[in-house]
Amino acid sequence: MMRRSLAIAAAVLFAFAASAAAQTKSIVVASTTSTQDSGLFGYLLPLFKARTGIEVKVVALGTGQALDTARRGDADVVFVHAKSEELKFLAQGFGVKRYPVMYNDFVLVGPHDDPAGIKGSVDIVAALKTLQARKASFISRGDRSGTHIAELKLWKEAGIDISSEKGAWYKSIGQGMGAALNTAAASGGYVLSDRGTWLSFRNKSDLVIVVEGDKRLFNQYGVMLVNPAKYPSVKKELGQQFIDWLVSREGQQAIAGYKIDGEQLFFPDAADPDA
Amino acid sequence: MPDNASALQLVLTGDPALVAIVQLALIVSLSAVLFAAVIGVPLGALIALTSFRGRDAVIVLLNTMMGLPPVVIGLAVYLLLSRSGPLGAWGLLFTPQAMVIAQTILVTPIIAALARQTIEDLWTEYRDELAAMSVGPLRRVTTLIWDARFSLVTALLAGFGRAAAEVGAVIIVGGNIDGFTRTMTTAIALETSKGNLPLAIGLGLVLIAIVLAVNAMAWAMRRAAERLAG
Amino acid sequence: MTAGDLPIRFAAVTIEAGTVALLDNVSLALERGAPTVLIGPNGAGKTTLLRAAMGLLAPTRGSITWDGGAQAPPTRRAIVFQRPTMLRRSAVANLRFALAAAGVPRPQHAAATARLLTLVGLEHAAERPARRLSAGEQQRLALARALARDPAVLFLDEPTASLDPASTKAIEDVIRAVSLDGIKVVLATHDLGEARRLAGDVVLLHRGRIVEAAPAATFFGRPGTEEGRKFLAGELLV
Repeated sequence: MMRRSLAIAAAVLFAFAASAAAQTKSIVVASTTSTQDSGLFGYLLPLFKARTGIEVKVVALGTGQALDTARRGDADVVFVHAKSEELKFLAQGFGVKRYPVMYNDFVLVGPHDDPAGIKGSVDIVAALKTLQARKASFISRGDRSGTHIAELKLWKEAGIDISSEKGAWYKSIGQGMGAALNTAAASGGYVLSDRGTWLSFRNKSDLVIVVEGDKRLFNQYGVMLVNPAKYPSVKKELGQQFIDWLVSREGQQAIAGYKIDGEQLFFPDAADPDA
Repeated sequence: MPDNASALQLVLTGDPALVAIVQLALIVSLSAVLFAAVIGVPLGALIALTSFRGRDAVIVLLNTMMGLPPVVIGLAVYLLLSRSGPLGAWGLLFTPQAMVIAQTILVTPIIAALARQTIEDLWTEYRDELAAMSVGPLRRVTTLIWDARFSLVTALLAGFGRAAAEVGAVIIVGGNIDGFTRTMTTAIALETSKGNLPLAIGLGLVLIAIVLAVNAMAWAMRRAAERLAG
Repeated sequence: MTAGDLPIRFAAVTIEAGTVALLDNVSLALERGAPTVLIGPNGAGKTTLLRAAMGLLAPTRGSITWDGGAQAPPTRRAIVFQRPTMLRRSAVANLRFALAAAGVPRPQHAAATARLLTLVGLEHAAERPARRLSAGEQQRLALARALARDPAVLFLDEPTASLDPASTKAIEDVIRAVSLDGIKVVLATHDLGEARRLAGDVVLLHRGRIVEAAPAATFFGRPGTEEGRKFLAGELLV
């Protein structure tokens, strides 16, 4: 029995070593859960692999975590949607260059019966002010994600010091978009979500979009190569190939081609110098 | 994995993504149990059979480590394997190997603590006879481990159960990468966060069924072997 | 048969456990020859003496020597405990284990186990799990295990204490046979009848001390001490 278990152990170890050695070209991309949950990667990456033979391994975290992962050198490329954080990342020397890729937008979703009475508004700041005044239940991701950062900016624009408001109505859950939507659905609260995750979310329950279309809900995505000067292990050629493809005509068209229920989720804007 | 399929459909049609996930979960957890056994059983035997200063403290510590939160282990291993960590040069982060490492750390205390208890109990029984037959220390250890093998297998199954059910460690060190480091538990976490609750529950049932199957097989083997050996 | 173990000499041996003296200033010699039987009430020190002579217990004071020398690993000594523990394997596997532990080469195991099983009358139970044997069978297996070591000295601690007359006779027959074969038997027993049947020499212990040590015929015919007399009469010793 001893001998047989040792043989199995040896076989397992060997399989491991072999799989580690079997090199398909691959890169690690740190991105966000909302991008993953929207299904974009499931659609885009096979196209990229078919074109280049490069396997893209996406580690999906919140924007803050994704950037931190890149700061530790554990990713080759970082692809998130929080421009101010990305620029900080660059300034700290962790990235090589920021390329705008696409944008989507945020929507405010809430219960169908709209207890705060904000449905149909196109002014997100006014809507948030109303939510605070009415102490309507609001779920925040609270996880330093792109969505969270955008949410905080909007509260600031509304002139509300939201960090002092944590209480019965403003709930910061420290989790991803899906968890926040689940929580809102289960407790009849309002939540800011990216449209991509919202469209592909399967537990909408009685939630609907209550505010959309405000220019301030615009959500820009950028991609950066992690600085190989800081981490020589970064696969810079393969990583750059991915970036080049994303901003190429082919990549941009692919992005535009991704639809859920016939609706386009992401709008390519690599050519926009201000993006 | 198609979002709108039910878990049952995926099982019946042999959906390749589901198969890959199950396979990875089994390989990672079984490998971890194997390595943990190789480390933990001799370690437990050593503590059981030797007396040394601080032995009681070591035993308490070992028993405590059975309850280490997986997410804490995941974080510790992550920091070790990160490129900016001490073992970064190995490039193991976000790979199945990292998941095996984390789960091995998780499971070893369980196996060591249970092995120690089992072997110590048997030693109390066998002590006189082994001394009377002037059995040397190495042979003592192998005799006890062999004669206690059924209880030790139960310890291994406890370890496997723990490994197969946890998500905190594997998701942090594995990254839940589609097609590469996604296991049953991390897939369940993902589908839950996508609001795909029926699929998540279905996958949960599949996971339970797998662990049940492993336990049933182990039990059957034990009954057969017991009949032979008594 | 060489006997690097005999004679076993106890020189003023005291063995203490905490404040209690299990053996108190015991001096005796176990020589080659007919069986030595230890008798005495419960707690007299019979088990302690057996273990010490086997080499499992060290004296607190005094010395024990085996053929004049300090204790070596007890390769030519074997002991059957009062409640022997069966290894969790078959009867014959228990024997094989004992043979291996005694350094008997593997190729000889088959012949040795067959011989031993026949000697103790357990051929029919060879493959049975040892723990499922009856008390008498387990005792016989323990005896076979001890004999597997090809001992020069065989210690037995109340081997028939919980057995029926048939099993008792079986064990006593084996003991008699091996003693005639040259093995020195040192046996502790409660059973005066057994003592009469088997003893060459008798040692009466009481409260850790030797009260009387004499050849069997002498002791049973005319005990030399008051305690000896009382013990034979079945009276309580205080």
